[in-house]
This record gives sequence, structure tokens and C-alpha cells, in this order.
Amino acid sequence: MQVDVTNVSKVHVSMKGEPLLALLDVNFQVEKNEFFSIVGPSGCGKTTLLNLLAGFEQPTRGELKVGGATITAPGWERAVVFQEYALFPWYTVVQNIRYGLRRKRVPESEQRRLVDHYVSLVGLGGFESRYPRELSGGMRQRVSIARALAVNPSILLMDEPFASLDIQTREYMQDELLKIWQQEPKTVIFVTHSIDEAIKLSDRIAIMAPRPGRVEEIKTVDFSRPRDPTNPAVVRLAAEVKLWLRQQVFGSKAAEEATLADQQIAR
Amino acid sequence: MSEAGPRAIPPPLPEVRARQACEEESRVAVDAPVRATAERRVPIAPEALARLAASMVPPPPPAWRRALARISRLWLLVAFVLVWELVSIFGQRINPQLDVMMPPPTAVFSAAADLMSRGVLFTHIFDSLYRVLLAVGAATVLGVPLGLAMGWSPRFRIAVDPLLEFIRPIPPLAWIPLSILWFGIGDVQIVYIIFLAAFFPIVLNSLAGARDVDPYLVRAGLSLGARPRELFLTVVLPAALPHIFTGMRVGLGIGWMALVAGELVAAPSGLGYLINNARTLFRSDYILLGMVLIGVLGLVLDYLMRQAARLAMPWHKGQ
Repeated sequence: MQVDVTNVSKVHVSMKGEPLLALLDVNFQVEKNEFFSIVGPSGCGKTTLLNLLAGFEQPTRGELKVGGATITAPGWERAVVFQEYALFPWYTVVQNIRYGLRRKRVPESEQRRLVDHYVSLVGLGGFESRYPRELSGGMRQRVSIARALAVNPSILLMDEPFASLDIQTREYMQDELLKIWQQEPKTVIFVTHSIDEAIKLSDRIAIMAPRPGRVEEIKTVDFSRPRDPTNPAVVRLAAEVKLWLRQQVFGSKAAEEATLADQQIAR
Repeated sequence: MSEAGPRAIPPPLPEVRARQACEEESRVAVDAPVRATAERRVPIAPEALARLAASMVPPPPPAWRRALARISRLWLLVAFVLVWELVSIFGQRINPQLDVMMPPPTAVFSAAADLMSRGVLFTHIFDSLYRVLLAVGAATVLGVPLGLAMGWSPRFRIAVDPLLEFIRPIPPLAWIPLSILWFGIGDVQIVYIIFLAAFFPIVLNSLAGARDVDPYLVRAGLSLGARPRELFLTVVLPAALPHIFTGMRVGLGIGWMALVAGELVAAPSGLGYLINNARTLFRSDYILLGMVLIGVLGLVLDYLMRQAARLAMPWHKGQ
């Protein structure tokens, strides 16, 4: 077990001074080199959970541990890939990827080697001297991933990394991510809205619900990759989770009105 | 051969047979491997694409035509100057005193030649420029770090703000009497006034720059192992640069105005001095020359500042 989340609760105080329970009694573990997804509707606390894991915030109660050590602050051991890329606009592709390596005082020759390796791994050869504003969304996200991987973190935290991309690019990036992850295994904690994305990529999926933010269930995705979306078992899993989430977000009536076919599959 | 009795199953109708054949086909198709439905067209090379696009639009006008168009934009200014010149020439016939009240534009050139031959024109220009550059330079060196620190650290801002906001509303010109008392009349005193004028825009803009750094960029830096000092130098400072340059531009503009005002009141040399001194001599052509020079130099300085900003921030899209 590499990541250990124990009895974590988080209270946010709104601007009006009202306390809001963002997370309540969250418990789970993540194994080394596991691809672990967190799905849930807006407001379920998944981004808060990721922030706690990254060390941007501290829990109100409970503990988050990585490799046995409590998380107290952000660091390269838990590198983050953000939804809006968060690339430094004043640095080129190469300079962005080198950023973490320079903070780690990695020797120059080693820096160059690692940068070259990750540039080709994410498929950005030829774009090394471009600035982020000259790149497309998909390319920016690839730089973001390369930048996070370059520091060799113990965990890769990804906060809805493909949500800002169009569907074609999104699906392509999912395949690319799987390829990269299978080439260089790493523990990944992946936050997403999309059940299909989670099922396609993950070993296990934590399903969260809002008000208060909590982990309802953790499902194991037992199929070998690449996952066949027409496989009846896969379809059933997806339908179950989607139906459950629809109920969470829109109420039982909406769940009842879900198409008969969906319900029959889920049943 | 089947027995065709009354109860025998009739052979399938032609439509039914057709449908069954279709279903057979699609069942086979599902098992077949998936292929892209259309072959990908051979992509057109970028150079060929560019040529194709160019061939579809009318060619741009020749260079001389474009230069002419740019110059023709100045027609109103030229007309203004011409009218002014004509009014001056004919007006003088009616009222000889017009020469002193409102000299013609050509007087500017004769005044310039006059002062140049006496060797003082460039002295005045140089003195004014020297003062403003020194003062704005000092205001930048002191104001940018102060502003950045205030923008980044709320605690620091709260501590410094009351003092700053107490001094800021006092116009730089109101400082002139005190500054003369302190420094006497001369370069130091004028530089001080310009410094005060340029300082506050620089501080406030730098403050805004540090305060408005995208928090995701800060988080990205932290998640890649940046310590506070590194974070400040590699994230906050570059992120704030556009604001800093805006502050410097504004500071330069206001500083330039304070220079002229300061030199008008008390100075041994400079463009402001030139204007004021010319007034006492009733040399309105010198006054006009001074004003034109002040305007032109102000424009040039601003232009140079914008170019400096462009060079310092190659990633930033335009101002």
C-alpha cells in the first residue's frame, strides 16, 4: 500500500463565514503502480481530495500518508497535472519540462537526457522551442504530463486532465496516457467526471457523492486492457455507475426516467 | 424435395428472403475487423497550402502604395500645420504683434537652429533626459520590489499600506518647496520630484502584478518542488512582468510631466527651464520649440519603453 487515506474530513469556510463539509470520513488505500480513478458529480469533493493529496490543503481531520509519511506540503514526489495545463507561459516546452529537474538540482547532462526522453515519450519532437501559446490544447497537456513525469514522482496526480480537450483529442490522449503508463508504470490518481474514461483507464474506481463529499464505493475494473467498450460486462458496469450517479445528481425521479434499456442492462 | 401438402410451411416470401440475406451479411460484418471507413486523403504540404490560399486572394498592394497610405494618414496634421502657417503669415499683416503671440510653425525650426548654433539646445535636452531617466530608474529599482512584496504578502501590505496611502495623495509638485529646502535648486531636487511622481504608479502596478498571479501557476511551481524564494523568482516575477512594465510606462509618462513642471518652477537648465526663460524674454518661438521637443521626446521615450517590454517578454502577445 502506497497511499493511505484515513478518516479524512475537510471543512471549507465560505466567504460568508458558513462552514461547509467538503469531505466526510474518507477512507481508502492505493497500491503501488495502481491506476486509481476518482469519479463523481460536481461538488462531491474530488478536487478537494486531490488538493489534500497534493498537499495544497490540510485535512480538518484524519490523515493522508504516502509511503508511510504524512503529507504536509506540496512536493515533486506528488507531481500534479492540472485541467488547465498550468504551463509557465514564459518558458518554452523544454524549459517547462526542465523546471522540476532544476528545482531538484539534477546535473545538466542528466537534465538534457531526461528532457529528450520525455519529449519523445509524449510525442512532441520538433516542438521543443515553442512557447505554450503556440501549442494546441492536446499538445499543452502533453507538455504538462511530461513536466510532471520528468521529476519521477512517487504518485502522479491528475485533476480532470483531459476535460478541456475536444472529444477526438481526449480519446487519443487517453490512449497515449495508457501507453506511457504501461511503458513507465507509476501510481496514478486520476480525477474525472467521465465514467467511461475511468473504466477505460483504471484498475479501481472510487465513486464519490456530494453533500457531504464522501466515497460511496470503490469498484474494481477487472478487465484486461485495452478494454472493449462493447463487452457486456463493461457496459453493465458503466450503466450501473451512471445510473447511480444520475440518481445522486438529479434525484430518484430522473433515475427512473432513465431509458428502459439502460435500466435493463443495469438490472 | 418437400411434400407440398395443405399444412406444409410455405417457402419464404421474396422480401423475407431478402431481409434474411441482409441479416446474414451484417452478422458476418460485425465479426470482421474494424477499419477506418475512408482512406485518409494525402495531406497537402503546408507550403502548397499557403500558395493555394495566396492564389485565392488579391495580391497585396506594392510597397510604395502601402507607404503612401501610411503617410496619407497624417493629412489632418499636415493640414493643421499649413493652416497655422498661413494664418500666421497673413495675420501678421493685420496685427504685427501676432508674431510674438502665436509664432508660425516655421519659427520652431529657426529657433532650433538658433539655439543649436549657440550650443545650448542639446544641453537642455540632455539635462532633461538625464534627470528623468535617473529618477525613473531609481523609482523602478525601489518601487518594483516594494510593490511585488506588497502584492505577494498580505501581511506586508497591511503593514506598509497606511504610510504609502498617506504620502501618495500629495502631488509631487507640492513637494517642491520642501525639496528646495533640503536639496537646494539643481539636479538632485528635480530628480527627487520626478522620482516621487514615477514611484507610486510603479509600486501599484507591481503590486497588482504579484497579486494577480494565476494561483494554478503557483500550485504548479509548488508541486514541482519550488521553494518560496525560487517560486518568487521563477513564477511570481515573470508572471508580474507585464504589469511591471505597464507601471514603468505610466511612471515614465507622469515623471516626464513632473520634470517639465519642476523645471518650470526652479531649474538651472532643461526644457522646462527653456520654456520659462523664453517667456521672460518674450521669445515665443523658443517656447514653441520647447513644447514641441517635450512632446516629441515624450513620445520617443514611451516608444522605447514599449520596445523594451516587447524584448523582455518574448512570450507575451503584444501590448
